[in-house]
Amino acid sequence: MSTTTATTPPRLWGRLSRTVRLVILLIGAVAFLFPFYYMVVGSLRGTTTGDLSSAVPGDLTGGNYAAINSAISLGRSLLNSGIMTGGVLLCTLVFGLLAGYALAQLHFRGRGSLFATLLLVQMIPFQLLMLPLYVLVVRDYGLGDNYLGMILPFAINSTAVFLFRQFFIQMPASLFEAARIDGAGELQILTRIAIPMARPALLSGVLLTFIGPWNEFLWPFLVTKNTDMQPLAVSLASFLSNLQGTVANPTGALMAGACVLAAPAVVLFLLFQRHFTSTDIDSGTKG
Amino acid sequence: MTLLHTKAPARRSTSRIGALFVTPYVLFILAVFAVPLGYTVWISFHRFYFTAPGADADTPWVGLDNYQAVFTDPVVGRAFLNILIFLVINVPLTVGLSLVLASALNAKLPFRSFFRAAYYVPYVTASVALVAVWQFLFGGDGLVNNLLGGLAPDPSWLVNSELAMPVIAFFVTWKQLGFFVMLYLAALQNVGKELYEAASVDGAGRIRQFFSVTVPGVRPATTLVVIYAIITGANLFSEPYLLTGGGGPDHASASPVLIMYQKGIEQGHPDFAAALGIVLVAVVLAVSLVARKLTERGN
Repeated sequence: MSTTTATTPPRLWGRLSRTVRLVILLIGAVAFLFPFYYMVVGSLRGTTTGDLSSAVPGDLTGGNYAAINSAISLGRSLLNSGIMTGGVLLCTLVFGLLAGYALAQLHFRGRGSLFATLLLVQMIPFQLLMLPLYVLVVRDYGLGDNYLGMILPFAINSTAVFLFRQFFIQMPASLFEAARIDGAGELQILTRIAIPMARPALLSGVLLTFIGPWNEFLWPFLVTKNTDMQPLAVSLASFLSNLQGTVANPTGALMAGACVLAAPAVVLFLLFQRHFTSTDIDSGTKG
Repeated sequence: MTLLHTKAPARRSTSRIGALFVTPYVLFILAVFAVPLGYTVWISFHRFYFTAPGADADTPWVGLDNYQAVFTDPVVGRAFLNILIFLVINVPLTVGLSLVLASALNAKLPFRSFFRAAYYVPYVTASVALVAVWQFLFGGDGLVNNLLGGLAPDPSWLVNSELAMPVIAFFVTWKQLGFFVMLYLAALQNVGKELYEAASVDGAGRIRQFFSVTVPGVRPATTLVVIYAIITGANLFSEPYLLTGGGGPDHASASPVLIMYQKGIEQGHPDFAAALGIVLVAVVLAVSLVARKLTERGN
């Protein structure tokens, strides 16, 4: 907004810069979307090869979806992805909302240091904890090939907790005081007043939390050896690295699997795009 | 005074409930961050083997032996060099492209939400799905080589020891760019319009305004982008593992986390991997501090 309205340039110059702007954005959009287009068309072609012919829809078939389904049992993988993601979402919503509300509106000892820890936790790359977590979860607790073991490291998403806290802190404390004087318990205040008011943040929180476990590869790859327990990202990766010889059109099958893996996050994002504003991202990342 | 008196009982009653509400989260942080972090440090100073659950094994104190092994391993050096290559390509490209795209988006435009969505789509999509498409594009007989014809690199992109790491850096830049475009879009809201007015009164053109108003105006966001890029580099695993088949020719695209996986879990030296993890954390912290100093200079 600021760059165009700040000055009042001659009309021709204004139109030219607008055109330049659109051209830049259009080139960018093509570079960002072409691989997705190529993926979708590739997944639908009877023969999928790496040339321009695969960018043209033709010779269309659903056979690749059937092929990837039989190669990695798509349904089972999707179910595993769903359980892992659902578990993380549930824990983050239940425990994360409690923590976010307490950090914003309740007074307790250690609140300041817990908030400082929350910010620190967001800075620690998860990968660095992978080894000891693997030793603890798989070796010591025996949770390999187990949904609990898959969910545990992501159970409460700290970024979501931070987002919830930012939203609850903007609400007037007097509102909650009034409810307390009327005799409402904290849990009641949270579920009847705070959460309904925070619905937009909840949507961003759900979306942010969803893409983490749904897209995660390394952790479920470490803890699941049994193919019946692997989420889609893991089974698709194993197809990518060593099962391609088992189907007639391996690239097509791979693209079909990629479409199935990509679709839920992309669709969810497009549906809730309006609620997923830059300010949320900003408050979610600012320390 | 009266205010304090009415507030006091409410505070006391919310104190216990507040502590109760955060208990699950505190336990989670302890179990998933504090204990594993302490455990890594402990493992890194001992000889440590994987054992069957419940079985006891000797884990003697070995001092700095694991660290010495890490520092003398040429593959580890190569992995850190790779991250450096990654950052040298990824950071300027990310900062430049996302700032230009965010500036272009920061105006009344037709199809504004379409463009925003287009840039964001790779960020929300799983790496595994995108890696599959990139293999399809950059593989030996992929689209890019077919279009280049005789100009295609030999050996091809993903199996070429000089090109494997740059391809990974480009891939990650492309995948993450939408996130940084959003970050800069938010930062641009905080740059005062009067600064642009003042600059144009002084006769500064668009390009001049971009460099003397926009760029310094979003500096805090730039610091954040650089630190995120460093953390992403430190976390790199799926891309070298899947895109370049386990780290490229002669570890040409191996990352420290990939080495941690190969050494620690595949080859059964978790003590080596733990020491490498600690070294990686130390390097990340040091580089982040330096980067922060550099990007904030002049503020």
